Order: sequence, then C-alpha cells, then structure tokens
Amino acid sequence: MPIKEILILFLTFFKIGLFTFGGGYAMIPMIEEEVVNHGWLDSVDTLVEFIAISESTPGPFAVNIATFIGFQQYGVFGALAATLGVVLPSFIIISVVARFYRKFSGNNHVQGFLQGVKPIIVGILAAVGLGLVIRGILHTDIKNLDLASLDVIAIVIFLIVLVVSRLRPKLNPVYLILISAILGITLYSLF
Amino acid sequence: MLWELFWMFFKIGLFTFGGGYAMIPLIQREIIDKRGWIDHAEFMDILAIAESTPGPIAINCATYIGYKQKGFLGSLMATLGVVLPSFAIIILLSFFLLAYKENPLIANAFQGIRVGVSLLIVNAGIKLFNKLKKNWLAYVLIIIGFCLMLFHVIPTMYVILIGGVVGLLYSLLKKKDVTQDAD
Repeated sequence: MPIKEILILFLTFFKIGLFTFGGGYAMIPMIEEEVVNHGWLDSVDTLVEFIAISESTPGPFAVNIATFIGFQQYGVFGALAATLGVVLPSFIIISVVARFYRKFSGNNHVQGFLQGVKPIIVGILAAVGLGLVIRGILHTDIKNLDLASLDVIAIVIFLIVLVVSRLRPKLNPVYLILISAILGITLYSLF
Repeated sequence: MLWELFWMFFKIGLFTFGGGYAMIPLIQREIIDKRGWIDHAEFMDILAIAESTPGPIAINCATYIGYKQKGFLGSLMATLGVVLPSFAIIILLSFFLLAYKENPLIANAFQGIRVGVSLLIVNAGIKLFNKLKKNWLAYVLIIIGFCLMLFHVIPTMYVILIGGVVGLLYSLLKKKDVTQDAD
C-alpha cells in the first residue's frame, strides 16, 4: 500500500476541510488548486461534473468529493484517508467549541476574523462562478478569451436555468441539474 | 442512545440532497420536535456556530448534537452516521461513472450540467451576500477576493486568510477608537 501517497491525500483534504468556510462551494478553487496540481483529476471540467453528481447524491459536497478522489486514487483506503482528512478539522473544532460556546460566540477576535472571511468568500464565489460561466459558454478559461468559440446552446441553457432559478428560488438544486441535463441531451443532440 | 444518535444521523445523511441546508427541516422534526434533544434556540446557536467554523454544516451539526448528548463518543457516532451514507454511495457510483462517461448522450447531458452548475455557484454567492453585514469594509473585501481569485494570483487559502486578518485588525482598531472616545 502506498502509505506516503495516502498520507499526502489525508493531509491535503485536512487542509481543505480546515479552510471550508461558508458552505462547500467556497472550497472549489482550493480543491481545484490541490487536486488538479497533484494530478488527481484530469481537468476542471471533471471537477464541475462531480459537483453535479455530488448535488444529486445525498451528503455534504466536501465529503463526497473527498471520498470520490480518494477512491479513484487508492481504492477504499484512499477514500477513508481523504474523507477522514476533510471531516477531522470540523470534528476537532466543534468538539472544542461545544464546550466553550458562550466564550467562543462572544469572543471579539473570532467575530472580527469572521467579519472579514465572509465577504472574502462572497468575492471568491463570484469569481469562481463567473469563471465557470465563461468556461461553460466559451469553452476557454478567462485568461485566453476567444469569442469565436461561443457556444450558443450553452447560452440558451444558461438563460433557461437562470429564469427557472429566479422564478422558483426555493427549488432544490437537484432539479436545476436535472433540467440542465435534459436540455443538454435534447439541444446538443438536435443541433 | 449512542446507537440512536448514529441511526438518526445516518438517516439525515441519507436524505440530505442538495447541500447542508436541506437537512435543517429533518433535524427540526427528528431531533427537536420528536426527541427534544435540543430546543429551537440552541439549534439556531448551532447553525450560527456551523456557519462560523470551517467544515460542512451537516458534519458540524452532527458533531455538536452528538457531543451535547453523549460527550466524545456521542459526537463520534453522530459524525460517523452522517458521513457513512455519502461515503458508501459515492464509492458505488465511482464504478459506474467512468464507465458511462464515453456515451454520447451522457456527454451531452454533462455539457448542459456544467452550465447549470456554474449558476448554482453564482446563486450560492448571492445567498451569502444577502446575509452579509454590509459596510464599506465588506464591499472592499468582496472586490479584493474577486480580483485575486479571478486571475488566480495567490492560492485560495491565503485569500481567505487575508480576509480574516483584515477583519481582525479592523475590529481591533474599531475597539480602540471606542475606548479612546470613552476617555
């Protein structure tokens, strides 16, 4: 068993778990840096597809992606190491916080730190979202924009999903993914 | 009790589709209304903690409620329970996923899905923005985060830390102002 590689897997997902503020999506860029750089996923596209799979299966995104990448790399032991790594930071932190909740929530330093982290996460999500929208409709990344590769079908899909999600803001994301999948199959197969 | 904690969070883990917030009604029904393990006010506190500590909300809730009920072993069982369903399902799915990706229909479906997912992420950002306490610092940090990430200037970890450190310094400076005003 490749003990050293599995340890790296564990440590990488520990780091990812430690920096996941504001829900799973904020960790997408970090996963992208770590996972694509280590060569654990071939491209960002695979990561985006996995986000859809994760949304359509139960469980937190962080756990799903850790299990998936760990399993792909080193089987069940890899999956265990990566999942343990991503869960452990929250587990430790919450165990401590559960004891000292009053102190923790009233602590000005903690509150100050979080007042800065939250808006930064909004900025990160905006940049990641925009990057993925551009990737989806131009099939290039933001550094090599080329309007020649404009994908009209992708724009149509984007607008339809946008309208649906504005009309029904409480709709479970699973349905939005289902709608985009059906649109993808029909439109790309027809045209 | 330990077994019940495990089983309860196993069920919650199994039925949490579409992100951690989907499990809130489940927790309310199973843990607050039916079992009375915690009350509503405490649950609101837990959500606030979960949002202000790293890690998925589902894990944070399970660890906290498990700890409150049965100490360390309780948190271990609850966390194990909430993680296990996704762990098993993803391993099963991994086998099929790679086998069917070459199919042209599936490829087209994923082409569409990639567009849909990008919108989900934009929506997540908008939701977080709406909950934000908005002052000039927040807007400056949003712009800094956006610019640094758009062109991948530095690793995400440092971008998050920059936000935290700036927020911390700001709160320290503001506090100093208040005490000086008081003098």
